[in-house]
Amino acid sequence: MKNRMTSMTKASKDNLGTILMLVAAFVIVEILRAAGLVNAHMDGMLVPICVYATMAVSLNLVVGILGELSLGHAGFMCVGAFASAFFSKCFENSMGVFPRFLLAILIGGIVAGIFGFLIGIPVLRLNGDYLAIVTLAFGEIIKNLVNVLYVGRDSAGLHFSIKDQASLGLMEDGEMIIAGPQGITGTPFNSNFVVGFLILLISTIVVLNLINSREGRAIMAIRDNRIAAGSVGIPITRYKMFAFTLSAVIAGCAGALYSHNLSSLIATPARFGYNMSILFLVFVVLGGIGSTRGSIIAAVILTLIPEVLRFMADYRMLIYAIILIVMMIVNWNPKSRAFIQAHSVGKIFGKKKTAKSGKEGA
Amino acid sequence: MVSFINYLINGLSLGSIYAIIAIGYTMVYGIAKMLNFAHGDVIMVGAYIAFSVITTAHLPVACGVLAAIFGCMLIGICIEKIAYKPLRHAGSSLAVLITAIGVSYFLQNVALLIFSSNPKMFTPIIPMTMMTIQFGVFRVQTISLVSITVSIVLVLLLQLFINKTRPGQAMLACAQDRGAASLMGISVNGTISLTFAIGSAMAGIAGVLLCSAYPTLSPYTGAMPGIKAFVAAVFGGIGSIPGAMIGGLLLGVIEIMGKTYISSQLSDAIVFAVLIIVLLVRPTGLLGKKVQEKV
Repeated sequence: MKNRMTSMTKASKDNLGTILMLVAAFVIVEILRAAGLVNAHMDGMLVPICVYATMAVSLNLVVGILGELSLGHAGFMCVGAFASAFFSKCFENSMGVFPRFLLAILIGGIVAGIFGFLIGIPVLRLNGDYLAIVTLAFGEIIKNLVNVLYVGRDSAGLHFSIKDQASLGLMEDGEMIIAGPQGITGTPFNSNFVVGFLILLISTIVVLNLINSREGRAIMAIRDNRIAAGSVGIPITRYKMFAFTLSAVIAGCAGALYSHNLSSLIATPARFGYNMSILFLVFVVLGGIGSTRGSIIAAVILTLIPEVLRFMADYRMLIYAIILIVMMIVNWNPKSRAFIQAHSVGKIFGKKKTAKSGKEGA
Repeated sequence: MVSFINYLINGLSLGSIYAIIAIGYTMVYGIAKMLNFAHGDVIMVGAYIAFSVITTAHLPVACGVLAAIFGCMLIGICIEKIAYKPLRHAGSSLAVLITAIGVSYFLQNVALLIFSSNPKMFTPIIPMTMMTIQFGVFRVQTISLVSITVSIVLVLLLQLFINKTRPGQAMLACAQDRGAASLMGISVNGTISLTFAIGSAMAGIAGVLLCSAYPTLSPYTGAMPGIKAFVAAVFGGIGSIPGAMIGGLLLGVIEIMGKTYISSQLSDAIVFAVLIIVLLVRPTGLLGKKVQEKV
C-alpha cells in the first residue's frame, strides 16, 4: 500500500481542508461555549445553522455536482422532519433517548430517501427547466399532503385519515400524533449542537468522497455533457437517481435534526415552502455552485447575518434576490468572466491559473 | 347537472386565464429557449398597477387595464435586457434559470416592500350591477364570460400576428434557428424583446382578469397561477400557442372539478399530479413535436 499522505492529490487535500475547517469551527464554538462567551440567543442558533449548512451540502450535490436544479428540497426536509418526529412520538416512552434519536435521524433520512427515489423516477427522465418545475411541484404536494394528514394512536393501533380528526375514530385513550394543519406537537428536544455538527460533518464527508470517486466523476460527466457521457456508456438515469436520492437522504437527516429542535412542527410555507428551497439555493449560489465548502460557509454567514443586522430585516429577501441575479450574471456573462480571468488575484501575484471556474467541486 | 355546468364554466374561466399566462411562457420558451420563471410575478405586478390606478387613483377601469398592459410590457422588456440578455451566450441553462428565479423573488419582495404583505381588495373591472348574467336556469359570472372571450380573441390575434406579419415571421425564424435568422437580417435581440413585450402584456391582462375573478391581491398572488400556467404550457406542448390554450382550459377545468369533487385542500396537488402524468406519458405535451437532441 502506498503512503497516502505523499500520494494525495490536490482534490483530496482540498477535501481534508474542508473537513479540518469544520472541525476547527466546531472546536472554537465549543471553547467559546465552555468559556460562557456565547449568549443564549446565539446558542439557540447553533442547531439551525447545522440544519441549514447540511441542507446547503445536500442541495449543492444536486445543483453543483449533478447540474440539475431542485426547487423542492424543503419538501425532502419536511418529509424527514415529519417521519422522524412521528417515530419519536410513537416510541417516546419505550426507548432510551440516544438510540431513539439515532433511529429517528436514520428514519428521517431513509423516508426522505424513499421519497427522493420515487420522485426521481418521473423527474430524472427530464432535464433542466422541467426538472426544476417538477421538483417545485413535488415540494408543494408534500407540503399539501402533510397538512391534510391526520394520524392518531389508541390501544387498537394507528389510525390514518386525510379528512379530519373526528374521522379517525379514536378511542378514549387515543392521542393525536399528526393533527393535520396543527402538525406534530411535543416532539422531544433531542437536537443539540454536537449531533448537528456530526450530521453536517458526516454529510460533508460522504459528499466529498462521492465527488472523488468513480461514481462522482460519472455524475460530473453527466453534468458537463449528458449526451457525451451517455455515449461512453455511463448509465445516466441510474447515476442521476443515485445522486438525487443521496441528496434527499441528507436533506431528510437535516429535517430530523430540525424537527427535534421545535416544540411544534407545522408544515407552514415559511418553514417548508418554496421560499425555503430558494433560501437553500441562495446558499449554494453564494458559496459558489459546486463548492461544498463554499455552500457551508454561505449557509452559516447568511443564517447569522439577519441576527446581527436586525435593522436590515425588511430588505433581507430583496438582498437574497439580488445576490442570485448578480452572482449569476457576474459569474456567467462571457464578458465579465473574461474580465475576472484577466484580473484575478492569482494573475496579479503571478501564479498560474488552474481552475476554470468554481465548478471543480472542492 | 346545473351545478356541474356552473363548475365547468368556472373551470373554463380559470382555464382561460391560465391559457393567457401559458401563452406568455410558451412564446418565451419557444423563442428565447428559457423558462421565464418571473412570468407569474409579472401578473402580480400588472394587478398591482391596475389596483393603484383604479382603486387608489380613482381613474376609469380602461385606464387601469391599459396601464397594467403597458406597465407589464415595460417591465418585461427591462427584465429581459437587464437580467437575461447578459446570459444569453453563457451556455448554461442552469445560470439562466437561477437568474429567472432571482428575478421572480426580486419582484415579489419589491411588491412586499411597497404594498406590504396585507392582501388588498381588488375592485373587479365589471360594475357591481352586472356581476352575473342569467341564462335560463344558469347564473353565470360576467367575469367568466369576459375571461373566456378575451382569451379566445387574444389567441386568434396572436396567431394572425405570427403567421401574417413580418415581425411574427421573424419570431418563427428565431424559434427555429437563431443563427440562421440573424444571417437573414433578422434582429434577434429585437425579436426576443418583442416576444417578452407581448408575453408580459398578456400577463398584465391575465393579472387584471385573475384579480377580478379572485379579488384578493398580495405579493404572492402571481406565483401559484404562474407555476400552474407553466404546467398548462407543458400539458399543451411547450412552444405551441394553440397547445397552451388547450392546456390552460383543460387544467382550469381539472382544477375546479378536483376542488369540487375530490378535495379542496388538495387542488394544487391534483394540478401538479397532472403535470407529472403528462411528463411520464407524453413528455412533449398534447400538441408538441418531438425534437431529437443533438450534440
